[in-house]
Amino acid sequence: MLAFKLAFKNLIGAGLRTWLNVSVLSFAFVVIVFYNGMLDGWNRQGRSDTVAWETGNGQYWHPLYDRYDPFSLQDAHATVTGEAAKLVKENQLLPMLITQATAYPQGRLLNVMLKGIDPNQEILSIPSASLKPQNGEIPALIGKRMAESAHLKKGDHVLVRWRDVNGTFDAREVQVVDIFKSNVPTVDVSQVYIPLSILQEMTGMKDEATLLVASATLSSTQIKGWTFKDTKFLLKDFDEMINAKKGGSRILYLLLLTLALLAIFDTQVLSVFRRQKEIGTYIALGMTRLQVIRLFTVEGSMHSLLALILGSLYGIPLMLFINKYGIPMPKSADQAGVAISERIFPFYSLGMLVSTILLVVISATIVSYFPTRRISKMRPTDALKGKMQ
Amino acid sequence: MQNSDIIKIENLTKRFHMGEGDFTALRNINLAFGKGEFTGLVGPSGSGKTTLLNIIGSLDNPTEGKAIVLGNSVSELTHKQSAVLRNFHIGFIFQTYNLLSVYTVFDNVEFALLLQKHTVTERQKMVMEALDWVGLADKAKSKPAQLSGGECQRVSIARAMVKRPEIVLADEPSANLDAANSHHIIQTMKKLNRELNTTFIFATHDEKVMLYLDRIIHLKDGMVEKDELVPESKTKSHVSL
Ligand SMILES: Nc1ncnc2c1ncn2[C@@H]1O[C@H](COP(=O)(O)OP(=O)(O)OP(=O)(O)O)[C@@H](O)[C@H]1O
Ligand SMILES: [Mg+2]
Repeated sequence: MLAFKLAFKNLIGAGLRTWLNVSVLSFAFVVIVFYNGMLDGWNRQGRSDTVAWETGNGQYWHPLYDRYDPFSLQDAHATVTGEAAKLVKENQLLPMLITQATAYPQGRLLNVMLKGIDPNQEILSIPSASLKPQNGEIPALIGKRMAESAHLKKGDHVLVRWRDVNGTFDAREVQVVDIFKSNVPTVDVSQVYIPLSILQEMTGMKDEATLLVASATLSSTQIKGWTFKDTKFLLKDFDEMINAKKGGSRILYLLLLTLALLAIFDTQVLSVFRRQKEIGTYIALGMTRLQVIRLFTVEGSMHSLLALILGSLYGIPLMLFINKYGIPMPKSADQAGVAISERIFPFYSLGMLVSTILLVVISATIVSYFPTRRISKMRPTDALKGKMQ
Repeated sequence: MQNSDIIKIENLTKRFHMGEGDFTALRNINLAFGKGEFTGLVGPSGSGKTTLLNIIGSLDNPTEGKAIVLGNSVSELTHKQSAVLRNFHIGFIFQTYNLLSVYTVFDNVEFALLLQKHTVTERQKMVMEALDWVGLADKAKSKPAQLSGGECQRVSIARAMVKRPEIVLADEPSANLDAANSHHIIQTMKKLNRELNTTFIFATHDEKVMLYLDRIIHLKDGMVEKDELVPESKTKSHVSL
């Protein structure tokens, strides 16, 4: 306690240099918190968007289905029967049939995934209700990105060609009845949604599905003939991207932190060298060398406490402001193919805050301690004379 | 020596390692200091005055022989024990004052007490009393930079005395002061020496300081050349202080 009181006085007494160190360190602290908060916010938004729009609470796949291999779709379908059929009826499972197709918007050729979805489903956020059949046409639902790349508008007609169960080509015109906006590119880019029953009929795969999306209330059970994939598996791409981002940003802020710590280290080396007479005086007044070391270490490490206070002083208002309006993300960020919204709202978890505070305080303490070790080798008489090599 | 000896120096030799061979700063010193003495170590520069004070203050160890301070042989004390000895029983006064510049006068004087166990009110009382002794109670809130040299040295006297130590070691306390201030601080110390029966040992060349000493130990080339008691009538101790 005494060391804290004395260290505080010494530090404040040191004036400008202290505040310079504290400012740099507080900046590093705020940047670390902010950057992590942004990635965590993105992570949370992206995950919940992906779960809501694409993965649900896990999926049951046909054993042959491979999401990275479109050719697997030819064989990856089976009739939904038994337990699975019961759960579908109870709205616990959403069957989706997926088939490779080619669309010809305005004479151009576009490879797409044709997805059959129940217009009455409520498990995914895809606004499938607009697919409720009207006026004899085949209604199709597409996303904004798809609409832009294919130059399609609401009400447009487009020719779609696909293979049926026997591998025979067939083609029909569908009408775009609605265009939805989603933060998840994978449910949008090159995807065309039509009513499940129509796709089953077109392909001759009555009652069949490629995969079954689990509702939030379904507790994962084994279903015979289907392979369960949990959200952890389904979100692997997204998690990898966030981790890569985290890795990249870590280098940036560790560099910043290192700079701030170097400044403290430098101050400590200089302190021990320039304040020998003071050190000798402390010893003459009855401090042990260990106590003096502790005093100087606390003094250096206290930079971090002041930095936390200063950082909070300008960091908290800044973050509150940002959290009100969000951070607009550039459109190009969309190309990454993972979920990202137009605005990210940073999320600051207690764990992240605590670990950042610990990182800053502990690393500041360590760099403060090392230069003070030479105090233990000082002879008090030399220290008092203030002459040392 | 009206009281028993509180410091005993027995066959003390101090050598410093130099480039090649050793340099002997003190040679076979035998001395004793009693309670309440007001003694000066005098001698030319390099004669070993500071070296001897440092050993008595347990800031340094003898190479040979013993320095026994308040019953403790300084070379046998651990770091912690010698820190406790200094903290409770020995006050230091330096030529350059060595006040802590970021602290107030009050904080400087209080410092040694913080290492001991006292309540806030006790400390407050002791510090203000010590500042009263040196006539600086009204400067308690000042910083050392705002004081004159004489005032700084009075603060450091208060700092040495606040814990009421048995021994005060003063190395050239008047060297940076003018005549008036030198007389003033030495009179202050003489008064405290009388009132609190504190043993004072000086290292000095200052004639003005010597005027007040009860005993003068002449050092030359690390040896005691002469150890003289100054008759009561000759010292300025009778001057009304
Ligand atoms: N740490 C040291 N290393 C080597 N030699 C030293 C050391 N300290 C003191 N000496 C030498 O010991 C001798 C006595 O030094 P000391 O400081 O005790 O003299 P002093 O009587 O106090 O002199 P002054 O009046 O100039 O202060 C000097 O010759 C000095 O060079
Ligand atoms: Mg000297």
